[in-house]
Amino acid sequence: MIERREAIAAILQDRPDNLLVISGLGSPTYDVAAAGDVAQNFYLWGAMGGAASMGLGLALARPDARVLVITGDGEMLMGMGSLATLGAKAPHNLAVLVIDNEAFGETGGQTSHTGKTTNLAAVALACGFKQVSTVHKQQELAGLRQLLLDVTGPVLGVIKTAAGELPRVLPERDGHIIRNTFKTAISTNTNRKTGDLK
Amino acid sequence: MAMGSMKAQPFSFAAGDWRADIFTALKQQNVQQMAYVPDAGHASLIKACHADSSINCSVLTTEEEGVALLAGADLGGQRGVMLMQSSGVGNCVNMFSLLNSCGFPFVTLVTMRGEWGEFNPWQIAMGQATEETFRRSGFIVYRADTGEDAAAMTGSAMRLAYDSNCPVAVLLSQRLIGAKNF
Repeated sequence: MIERREAIAAILQDRPDNLLVISGLGSPTYDVAAAGDVAQNFYLWGAMGGAASMGLGLALARPDARVLVITGDGEMLMGMGSLATLGAKAPHNLAVLVIDNEAFGETGGQTSHTGKTTNLAAVALACGFKQVSTVHKQQELAGLRQLLLDVTGPVLGVIKTAAGELPRVLPERDGHIIRNTFKTAISTNTNRKTGDLK
Repeated sequence: MAMGSMKAQPFSFAAGDWRADIFTALKQQNVQQMAYVPDAGHASLIKACHADSSINCSVLTTEEEGVALLAGADLGGQRGVMLMQSSGVGNCVNMFSLLNSCGFPFVTLVTMRGEWGEFNPWQIAMGQATEETFRRSGFIVYRADTGEDAAAMTGSAMRLAYDSNCPVAVLLSQRLIGAKNF
């Protein structure tokens, strides 16, 4: 069984400069922060079900970047319709990674739909994603990283991992600061530099 | 590729269609993304946006996707609007928390049901709750009863949202768009 925090660290190791990450609320936000708290991460602390849609808006706005949404199975299930929207829109530069522990981990570990009948990779494929992959073993992570960072999107990966809580790694949670930090880091707007103001 | 394949034929508004002035306002404010759940009251505006190669249009499965999508557009430096009808406003409520938590600009144009001459009783509940739902979610709300107001309010809503980082809704009244028979 893959250990989730090590897996996200492996996916984000030596990340390219143009990689922008949006993390879904709860453990995915802690996993992404633990892998490196950089300005090109946008951490969600709420808005459950919106991570993939947010990735779409960003990917359309910045075709020069690679956008990676890292979220959990519960968050993805709540926004499952957005997989249809992503498939229909087909952004070439968007990848979604679901850390799938088949449980609602923050709320008592109740079994989720992916622990019963739902296969999110199959759903994404049926919605028109270009390529999908579900991995169970450490040795498969290198291939998954390539899918998420290099293959023409939209693509979706699923990491099957064990349920259970890890130590929380808490990044900034003031949304205004997160937004401003992210926007400043990726801004291509050269019209407004400090010192230019008249 | 996807952008190009989504584009319709060149489009012209019918004479007297006040949505032409809304479209002009969107262009003046350099709107580059438009997300929507269709409504007949928005049909010509949706066609006009699809026909414009500088506006990237996304059709949604539910309105809350559009709230998150346009937040993402803002992160990437683009301006957007969402078109929906009043029944969709309730679908968005928790997602609206994203806007106030982070200071995202947001503009939505909402065609109203459940008021002036409504035929379908199932539209009344959400239609009557729409304005209050927006206000309690932190929105500035405009309500247009004439086409002239609709365009002016859209322009004002965009300036407010994009310059002051706040959420603004423009309600297009059922009296303006015409009551439906379904």
